[in-house]
Amino acid sequence: MKRVFPILSVLTALLLAYAFYEAMWVAPMERTMGDVQRIFYYHVPSAWTAFLLFFVNLVASVIYLIRGSGKADAVAVVSAEVGVVFCSVVLVTGPIWARPVWGIWWTWDVRLTTTLVLWLIYVSYLVLRRFSDSSQTPKLAAVLAIFGALDVPLVYFSIWFFRTQHPQPVIGGGGSIDPRMLHVLLINWLAFSCFAFLLCWSRYRLELLRREVEETEALESLLDPAGPAAASSAVKVPFSWGSK
Amino acid sequence: MNSIKFLYAAYIATWLIHSLYVGTLVRRYSRLRQQKKELERGQSR
Repeated sequence: MKRVFPILSVLTALLLAYAFYEAMWVAPMERTMGDVQRIFYYHVPSAWTAFLLFFVNLVASVIYLIRGSGKADAVAVVSAEVGVVFCSVVLVTGPIWARPVWGIWWTWDVRLTTTLVLWLIYVSYLVLRRFSDSSQTPKLAAVLAIFGALDVPLVYFSIWFFRTQHPQPVIGGGGSIDPRMLHVLLINWLAFSCFAFLLCWSRYRLELLRREVEETEALESLLDPAGPAAASSAVKVPFSWGSK
Repeated sequence: MNSIKFLYAAYIATWLIHSLYVGTLVRRYSRLRQQKKELERGQSR
């Protein structure tokens, strides 16, 4: 397994470089927007990857609530954190694209607002994991994750149900796309999905290490002759499963 | 429309966000490795 990670990292870096080349020089230029439309090849795959990670977070949270599995809880934390990173990319690249095309950085349009709310929900999830030491934190976080996931279809279908400034979806919606652009879009999505997988892998290893260190610290405190007060406060640590 | 600067800005911002995140992962990992080493040293004493 130790060799797989560097090999996958190199392959992902090559795929990302190829996807960048395709987005910048191979994809045809859009007639009305010009070159700025190429932001689409980073903006849309980042959004799809974030949605995928939030879905993983939902599944892991449900498994945690049913089985109480510590691994499922770790997967939930990891997918939420990496999902927030990709959602941040969406929220940053969107306004940069909007400024030259719409003439404004931001508008309180349904798609934009629901995406911001989605980001805020998952940031709250991470804050809860980070700062709460209660043994109930993973359960509370799992329930919050289920409510957060309800916002994902709302974000996706908002442009179907409401008249918005945001363009129609290019796949399965009212919009259409040149097959060469679709090809470049899918390559970029594949590249960003591989990158997200590597980030999740690294973060998962980090999470396991963090839990191992916390458990060792708790055991050390139990063996510490300092007294039962120190020991009793330390006992809570292995069950906190926070993402510190 | 001079849109190329917005395109560069979006791509740079994307990689800046990812680099910052990877940086925090590396920092957190090395801090935990250090903590683990200290705990192991304490146990061997």
